[in-house]
Amino acid sequence: MVDELKLAELEATARELRYHVVRMMGANKPHHFGGSLSIVELVTALYFYKMRYDPSDPRWDGRDRFVMSKGHTVPTQYVALAKLGVLPMEELPRLKTLGSILQGHPNACMTPGLEACTGSLGQGLSFANGIAMAARIRGLDIRVYCLLGDGELHEGQVWEAAMSTSTHNLDHLCAMVDRNGLKSQGVVDDAKQLEPLAQKWQAFGWHTITVDGHDLRQICDALDEAETVKGKPTMIVAKTVKGKGIPFMEGQFQFHNAPITEEQWEEAMRVFAGEEVAA
Amino acid sequence: MKWKIGDRVQTRNAYGEALLELGRRRKDVAVLDSDLQRSNMTYGFGQENPERFFDMGIAEADMVCTAAGMAATGLTVFATSFAMFVPGRAYDQIRLQLGYGQENVKIVGVSAGLTQGPDGATHQSLDDVGLTRMLPGLTVLVPADATEAYKAVLASAEVNGPVYIRLGRYSTPVIFDEDYQFEIGAVPVMREGEDVVIYATGIMTAIALETADILSGQGLEASVLNIPTLKPWKTAPILDAATGKRLAVTMEEHWISGGLGSAVAETLVEVEGTPRLLRFGVRDVFGQSATADELLEHYELTPGHLASQIMESLNG
Repeated sequence: MVDELKLAELEATARELRYHVVRMMGANKPHHFGGSLSIVELVTALYFYKMRYDPSDPRWDGRDRFVMSKGHTVPTQYVALAKLGVLPMEELPRLKTLGSILQGHPNACMTPGLEACTGSLGQGLSFANGIAMAARIRGLDIRVYCLLGDGELHEGQVWEAAMSTSTHNLDHLCAMVDRNGLKSQGVVDDAKQLEPLAQKWQAFGWHTITVDGHDLRQICDALDEAETVKGKPTMIVAKTVKGKGIPFMEGQFQFHNAPITEEQWEEAMRVFAGEEVAA
Repeated sequence: MKWKIGDRVQTRNAYGEALLELGRRRKDVAVLDSDLQRSNMTYGFGQENPERFFDMGIAEADMVCTAAGMAATGLTVFATSFAMFVPGRAYDQIRLQLGYGQENVKIVGVSAGLTQGPDGATHQSLDDVGLTRMLPGLTVLVPADATEAYKAVLASAEVNGPVYIRLGRYSTPVIFDEDYQFEIGAVPVMREGEDVVIYATGIMTAIALETADILSGQGLEASVLNIPTLKPWKTAPILDAATGKRLAVTMEEHWISGGLGSAVAETLVEVEGTPRLLRFGVRDVFGQSATADELLEHYELTPGHLASQIMESLNG
């Protein structure tokens, strides 16, 4: 269980990650602002509360695995890995530039700390299943986490994978969906209706927990609960706000993947003015 | 000795045998299938190693990514379906997880090519070599007979990286004996002749040898090279064998675009003085339902048809 002290620390970490996401993306360059900002608390809870992870040995066989299935929001993971020391902080501004190890979408061969190549949506949960299945064969006691986008759930492969996870009783696997409601071109459910979403996962044999995806206490509690569920995987449906934390971006699909102006960037950075965040 | 020269054996049977051997030899080998295990000959491995075999259901895209996750966690994984579906249906997954991601997965496409037979064009993969050959970092193997298939499967397990293996359900004559040393990238010269060079792959190698016999009876001597490795591609053996020949010929059970014919064309065209090239395979059409032998006849991929077209090309 997360105590008050830890919670305050996590909240500070989340603000720090959010600051670095905005700072690294900068002005006048297209970046996935919206989804990267909506997952900040989810990523914070994984790396800084729940996962068994040794930053000094990111390939440690006994580590918990985190598969970023919504690959376009990997910048938030880069920032978390940089804070952990797995990636050099000074690499962050080189995001998506020639020669950088920080590709626009995850490349596990190139970037320390990443588990899978993703970016073509829909593949991560299958990959996470494979990790859990191999861990069982090898007798590795690890947990596997997978973060999906809600728009990503339009991909049929997600549901192929969802059936596998429950068929094989992969209770060491916990997935999360960033339910911000918006995809690249508008409302997710306008194109293909996801609701009732939690019930869909339940029908696929999953234990589900619905949380406010920006409430770290709820997220941590859900991650703790997932660990106690035996015989079935857990899906945490995290209700989030796209662009969370930057007022003019919140709830706006236009910032899914777009450049912001110099003025907008300065406005975004003013959100963090006066706060003590690591440079 | 598993198979005798001249026995007619399907390469998928050799896959089943090789998997049994791997299952006994290595505890880190796992096998996935997508509801075709009795057809793809993965069933036996599953019976002997139930904890390391998974029927992933009719979900090839999911199967490939699951295999990638297993490989990332320390296993060597064989992911199997009809060649139509892997690479066909799961191409994006193969591209991302195996090409870009370099995971240690062996994609085994069974019932490949025209000789899939009666199921018709929907199930006859004629593009799988082209698709996989385009991807950086993949190894692409097309065994000619059961012996070569058996050895290729074992060799693929020793490669720490992605491999595509193309297998068939056509009873093709065994042309290699047990002593054959299979090596990825090696190009066995099956026969030497001074007039024509024939590059053949898969079941077409045995047919190429018969074609060369017919040509010899007509006074034309042909070299026959067996090309089991379509990637990584080595140009030297291709160019060496072409030197001084009047005509170069490719034979494959694949569309003539993208596969062996393209690979040889790309090689010859870059070097001055190389011979003219005839590509045999399926032209720009889909297949249809019939027996494998009827289809080889219909699409003019039998020794008689091939020999007469080669002679016509040289004399016409």
